[in-house]
Amino acid sequence: MPGDTTNINTKATEQYTYDAIVVGSGISGGWAAKELTEKGLKVLMLERGRNFEHLKDYKSASKDPWELAHRGRATTEQLSHHPVIARTWGKLEPIMDYWANDVDCPYTEVKPFKWWRSYQLGGRSILWGRQSYRWSDFDFEANGKDGHGVDWPIRYRDIAPWYDHVEKFIGVSGSLEGIPQLPDGHFLPPMDMTCVEKDVAARIKDRYKGQRHMIIGRVANLTEAIPGRTSCQFRNRCWEGCPFGGYFSTQSSTLPAAMKTGKLTVRPWSIVTQILYDKDTRKAKGVQVLDAESNKTYDYFSKIIFLNASALNSAWILMNSAVSIWPGGLGSSSGELGHNIMDHHYNVGVSGIMEGYEDKYYYGRRPNGIYIVRFANLPGDKKRDFVRGFGYQGGASREGWSRNVAELNVGSPFKEALTEPGAWSVGVTGFGELLPYHENLIALDKDKKDKWGLPILSMDAELRDNERKMRKDIIIEATEMFEAAGVKNLTSWDNGHAIGDGIHEMGSARMGKDPKTSILNSHNQVWDAKNVFVTDGACMASSACQNPSLTYMALTARAAEYAVEEMKKREL
Amino acid sequence: MNRREALSSVALLLGGTIIGGEVFLAGCKAPDKKIAMAGLNFSPDDISFLDEVGETIIPATTTPGAKEAKIGEFMRTIVNDCYEEKEQKIFLDGMQKLDDACKTKNGKAFLDCDAQQRHDFLVALDQEAKDYQKKKGEFDKLQDDKAAAEKSKGNTAFQREDMPAHYFTMVKQLTLWGYFTSEVGATKALRYIAVPGRYEGCIPYKKGDKAWAT
Repeated sequence: MPGDTTNINTKATEQYTYDAIVVGSGISGGWAAKELTEKGLKVLMLERGRNFEHLKDYKSASKDPWELAHRGRATTEQLSHHPVIARTWGKLEPIMDYWANDVDCPYTEVKPFKWWRSYQLGGRSILWGRQSYRWSDFDFEANGKDGHGVDWPIRYRDIAPWYDHVEKFIGVSGSLEGIPQLPDGHFLPPMDMTCVEKDVAARIKDRYKGQRHMIIGRVANLTEAIPGRTSCQFRNRCWEGCPFGGYFSTQSSTLPAAMKTGKLTVRPWSIVTQILYDKDTRKAKGVQVLDAESNKTYDYFSKIIFLNASALNSAWILMNSAVSIWPGGLGSSSGELGHNIMDHHYNVGVSGIMEGYEDKYYYGRRPNGIYIVRFANLPGDKKRDFVRGFGYQGGASREGWSRNVAELNVGSPFKEALTEPGAWSVGVTGFGELLPYHENLIALDKDKKDKWGLPILSMDAELRDNERKMRKDIIIEATEMFEAAGVKNLTSWDNGHAIGDGIHEMGSARMGKDPKTSILNSHNQVWDAKNVFVTDGACMASSACQNPSLTYMALTARAAEYAVEEMKKREL
Repeated sequence: MNRREALSSVALLLGGTIIGGEVFLAGCKAPDKKIAMAGLNFSPDDISFLDEVGETIIPATTTPGAKEAKIGEFMRTIVNDCYEEKEQKIFLDGMQKLDDACKTKNGKAFLDCDAQQRHDFLVALDQEAKDYQKKKGEFDKLQDDKAAAEKSKGNTAFQREDMPAHYFTMVKQLTLWGYFTSEVGATKALRYIAVPGRYEGCIPYKKGDKAWAT
């Protein structure tokens, strides 16, 4: 293999041709690699950033907080490489170099857009929030019913077995609730709620006669050990990388499974610049790779390609592919490539204080919160001035030393007061569905180039009327629920939401039933190149309001099975 | 807590946002090189001075105080590496102002005062800082409203005016943050367990039990 880069598996390095190429090594790319290698394919996984090894590269993960020179706060020097992350809450000292260098990889903001990127092996699977919820048919049917976007080409029954498959492998802890809009799955034991959370949940249940549900978050942290991985140790430092493999990441989970087959080659520093399209067979024959270190270009060939480069970068690759046939790139014949950009909008919520419970506390640091399940615009709900819905995430915990002690200034009594826990603080933020608008789009900005001379993306997407109305309701409903639960001193906030800040960007190459209005078919195949599968966030036809990663994984496993079956039938 | 609440634990300190914690839409304003300001090196005398100011805010009691947590060195690190230029200036000028104010009030430098004088002086200064920060809050709110009004009129060129933070608010934030995240603060004034191993959501608490450090 050309280049001097690290190849985890060196057995297959002499060849340029594979059965399958997987572009990207994050949550969905890792799943594609695992499924395809386990089905016997020889796979090349391409990662545009550095290699990043499980355990060894989690450099801060076993340090005590005081061993960090800046106690967790990013320095101005660190921030200077990450002007985008500097605008987010992700600017934490130990993980700054997990984020992509925003200066090397600029993008244009026609409208404010926060693009949280991690260009290293494992992608954002190291940094993700791990909340794992199934969608239901309320979600898969929504587009078809209210006419926003295009109808999903699949329903819950198509994906349910794949949710099973994924949950069993990655390990998701959660409670069985029997809620139609949030189907139960294969769960490890649920994490505990705090005393206040338990009572708030019970009071909400009472007040809304069992129609509203505050449950413990469903999270991809192991509450029991599974083969090869230790259970969660409740340190709540997941984003640094877990020394115990306590949560799902490519490194802790799918990569070891794929490596075990002996059929995987991983090539870091490999920026895929285009899919090589063969107009005679009307299929892809491989990909072009720009080595990010040497700046040399290489071609790799395969029978099938899985695009898992992230919701926006997968579209970027398509836009740069087959341009001699379609000027807008592969998949642009629909007129929808790069359009319908979605996210989940948040930064809007309510918090307050629960009086009493001074004799209650908790042990351990739970890497999870509570979840208030969607209720808006579902059967039995009242009429609202917006469509779709929202969930809430949050929790109740006792305030620590950083609280304000108004009556004390400086000195011993002040210090002693801060060494004890404070009042119980309760808070939630909404997570709202964002509709697929054709006008919310990304496009190539050919006037500007990144460090490697490649055209960059330009973002032009924003919240619109439906989301603005929903945000008002998010505050009204949370306030009403908290009041019913006896939470006092309520304050609410709506800080606005730049698209991308939910880190759930999706929709740039949507699935659909019709090649005239969608890029991908019901098995995530590009209509215009059937051996190209896009199974990351790009493929989404709507956003629902649940955290999306579990659905990406399930869609990826489902598409991998289909791809291998089709190869066996010599259809691909 | 989920990742949304993984916000820095210091963000709500003293009812405001942490100083230097936000770099706004313009992107990073981080200086490539340090400004040529006498004092950023923090002489040993500066460090001792800050240790004593910190110790007055968080004194040794049955548990160690801020001095044992090396609070002066911590302040030097943060002011140098994490503060923006204008914040560095406020902090450095503020050290001088603090000492000058002490001379005006007590007739002698802060380090020449006894523990009680230091305490009383900082109690008054803390009140001054709180009053000032309250005004700053009102000022910032007014600027926010003005910016929003201009934006709705289509004026994107509007520049928000900025009211600087009070230097004592900075020093106090740095002291609390630096102390409670130090080894002595976390393990002696608070309770710290590196690897809890399990989670129990609802257990008894009795007055006097230490709060968890993290």
